[in-house]
Amino acid sequence: MNIIEAFKNGLFKENPVFVLMLGLCPTLGVTSSLENGLGIGLATTFVLIGSNLVISLLKSVIPKKIRIPIFIVVIASFVTLVDMLMNAYFQVLYEKLGIFIPLIVVNCVILGRAEAFASKNGLFPSFIDAISMGAGFTLALSLIGSIREITGNGTILNIYLFGSGFEPALIMILPPGAFFTIGLLVGAKKYFEERR
Amino acid sequence: MHLANIFTIIIAAVFVNNFVLMRFLGLCPFVGVSKKIETSVGMGFAVMFCMTLAGIVTWLCNKYILVRFNIEYLQTIMFILVIASLVQFVELFMKKFLPALYQALGIFLPLITTNCAVLGVSILNIDQGYNLVETIINSVAVAVGFTLALVLMAGMREKLELADIPVSFRGAGIVFITAGLLSLAFMGFIGIL
Repeated sequence: MNIIEAFKNGLFKENPVFVLMLGLCPTLGVTSSLENGLGIGLATTFVLIGSNLVISLLKSVIPKKIRIPIFIVVIASFVTLVDMLMNAYFQVLYEKLGIFIPLIVVNCVILGRAEAFASKNGLFPSFIDAISMGAGFTLALSLIGSIREITGNGTILNIYLFGSGFEPALIMILPPGAFFTIGLLVGAKKYFEERR
Repeated sequence: MHLANIFTIIIAAVFVNNFVLMRFLGLCPFVGVSKKIETSVGMGFAVMFCMTLAGIVTWLCNKYILVRFNIEYLQTIMFILVIASLVQFVELFMKKFLPALYQALGIFLPLITTNCAVLGVSILNIDQGYNLVETIINSVAVAVGFTLALVLMAGMREKLELADIPVSFRGAGIVFITAGLLSLAFMGFIGIL
């Protein structure tokens, strides 16, 4: 298990958002700013690490036939944990992300990694896998969040980037902007891949 | 219970807060199953069926189990389990008693478990404090909005098949851009309420 290789895989080669097209709902739903994107990205990473570790530990005990419901219960428990922790310590962010926090449970990335990796590998590789996949997911969300915040609001992390003469394109932080951003990013990625 | 109230819920769920285009829930089937009008209608009906059933069952579970025993913090775990077993049950039931419908919807049913729209509507019903009647109306209306978005998208995608799109944007790229334009159109409904 090569750690650098695993990170390359999670961040670029098998990036959950841009390559595998998994977990699209939070990717578009909460990325109206970098802060929101980073918030849901880190929350998802936390759940991913927890569920990967537990499932990797329990892999020999879990009966094959009912593995999916068991995975879901493990994931849902960690989501509940995140939900409570964020409510306690990051109240403002918690309210902004709203329904997307409980919905981490149906993020296909997490169940996908549980099924494809953690249920077959040991503790340490599963941990590395969770961190690299989580990093790939967080990176993608932060990228989309930054693009939308800069173009739609003229700020990054609430710091104004341009002078007072700058008129931000409000549409970018509204729902259509999310679709345009990811559409253009997917198109651009394909364009550069074909040129290579 | 006013008629106007019901009307507001329906308009809000179908148009103003359209689950796919405004709230970004249920995007995976929206991108995955919207290639043909026929399949998207099938998916729409499967979602409508499961969503309404899930809405009712989760509402009852919330009221008579979670609230009663003061364990609301288990909401996420309970709802996802209820939905997963419900979908499984519906599948078995249909296979046995409604084989024709099962043939038509069969392949879509397992996909619905991981459809965040179903869990989303269950949680929203509780968050909004709807009673049982409002829950049913809201669930059906949300599913109608979902189907509407899916069918509109499928119609456009069928035409797009013949269009001359830049190579890099073929596939997912153009679908997202089109969805953006559709979402732009739906924003026009915001003024209604």
